[in-house]
Amino acid sequence: MLTIATGNKAVADAVKDARPAVVAAYPITPQTEIVEQIANYVASGELGSRYIPVESEHSAMAACIGASATGVRAFTATSSHGLVYMCEMLHWAVGARLPIVMANANRALGPGWNIWAEHTDSLSMRDTGWLQVYVGSVQEAYDATLMAFRIAEHTNVLLPVMVNLDGFALTHITQPLETVDPGDFIPPMELPHAIDITNPVGYGTLTPPGEYYKFRWDIERSMRSAAEVIEETQAEFGKRFGRRYGATEEYRCEDAEVIVVAMGTLGKEMEIAVDTLRSEGVKVGSMRIRWFRPFPDLDLEGREVVVIDRDYSFGFGGIVAHAISSKYDVSIYSVIAGLGGQEVTYDDIAGFVRDRRPGEEFWFGVDA
Amino acid sequence: MYEIRLHSRGGQGGVTAAKMLALAAIREGKFATACPFYGAERRGAPVVSYIRIDDAPIKVYSQIRKPDLVIVLDMSVMETVDVLQGIREDGRVLINSPHQVDMQGHPTYHVDLTGIALSLNLVIAGSPILNTPLMGALAKMGFVSFDSVKDAIEETFSDKRNVAAAKLAYEGLGQ
Repeated sequence: MLTIATGNKAVADAVKDARPAVVAAYPITPQTEIVEQIANYVASGELGSRYIPVESEHSAMAACIGASATGVRAFTATSSHGLVYMCEMLHWAVGARLPIVMANANRALGPGWNIWAEHTDSLSMRDTGWLQVYVGSVQEAYDATLMAFRIAEHTNVLLPVMVNLDGFALTHITQPLETVDPGDFIPPMELPHAIDITNPVGYGTLTPPGEYYKFRWDIERSMRSAAEVIEETQAEFGKRFGRRYGATEEYRCEDAEVIVVAMGTLGKEMEIAVDTLRSEGVKVGSMRIRWFRPFPDLDLEGREVVVIDRDYSFGFGGIVAHAISSKYDVSIYSVIAGLGGQEVTYDDIAGFVRDRRPGEEFWFGVDA
Repeated sequence: MYEIRLHSRGGQGGVTAAKMLALAAIREGKFATACPFYGAERRGAPVVSYIRIDDAPIKVYSQIRKPDLVIVLDMSVMETVDVLQGIREDGRVLINSPHQVDMQGHPTYHVDLTGIALSLNLVIAGSPILNTPLMGALAKMGFVSFDSVKDAIEETFSDKRNVAAAKLAYEGLGQ
């Protein structure tokens, strides 16, 4: 049904339609609407989940781990400080091979205290082993959250998935939303190592070096399989529901000599900049990276690349720019912009491309 | 693309007004987005909401810099906020006021939303409801049909007086 919703409402609706058995959550701006809306659905009986209001994000993830270990679907949502507070448990969910789905409203970390969009929170968790997808619209927030359950629970994956949406810029914007009846698109969850009280075994016991590395390799093997599962799931979603997604979203890239890369809402707004620049005769296209883990194959060979990072790794550089430079031998102009919700318009983005200085890093708004 | 900036005070329903207009536009087959600008606002503080309406999907997320229409739900915000900032040369203004207001030569419409809300006793926590009558004024200005406005209001609120308020504002819009 076509209606309107905020990004937060869209995530909550996708969770309702995926019917998790357990939702454990702690509110934090700007995701609070997600867990409030889910609580409403549970209270009204529209969603039959067990809702656990916990005392912290660390406990929220711990409760999801406990639930998921028994073989049932579990969901939580968080943001920023909440995400980094549950860091220990993020690693645990991966090592225990639990297909938990979590929404993260991307928000800057304090101090200075800041509640607006930035990707450093989730990107600083990139090495935990969680799959990460970054969405660019309300509709995509719904679709990606729904697909996240199927991808996470696929027998060749069995890893948790984090759906990232820009704080306020996407969590609080109202756009058209079409929900679907997922039917058997999301089959019942089957966890091969679910706790079985009739067959007691040890979980998470001391694992000596001779065994530990095998578990680590198995995580990486599943992460590599995940790319194929993501592709297959997105293709099946497109076939059933008519909306098609890739690991990236490319716009006017075919004959492009310059590609501008970003994630999240900036990755949508930059398409307008591409139209402007094209009308000026610049052969430019845009590539919005959707899946950051597993990191996708990008068609960048022989092109100049402008990367807009809404994040930073201090003493190193823009995280997306460096992910690309470590995989591809391309010339990159690294733009750091939008930190802490800094306003970045399509005109600004067009300016980044016009004034590009390959090989350099540029902090938008800073007089260097 | 048509861009609208709405000035109000926290608690006056500006955010919901933006959402209802977006809903009415979408019901007519258009594309629309509505977003509040969140700063350190709280109840009573001046707040801004944005509405964009277009025939194609909308890819912009940044704030509206050059509005086609400025709506002022509470004239007292004009004491501290330059509501005309960046308005297009041919931009219009809609003000909650019983009287004609001169807004530096911009075509300016006025409607007594506060009076309409009070006449129907549409008051929540001591504040008159301004957003549902506003929908009627916007229908009169031609952004959406009154039927779409009525549907959007009924989808958002169950109290029938909201549609009655929109009707009064539809009839009471002046220029």
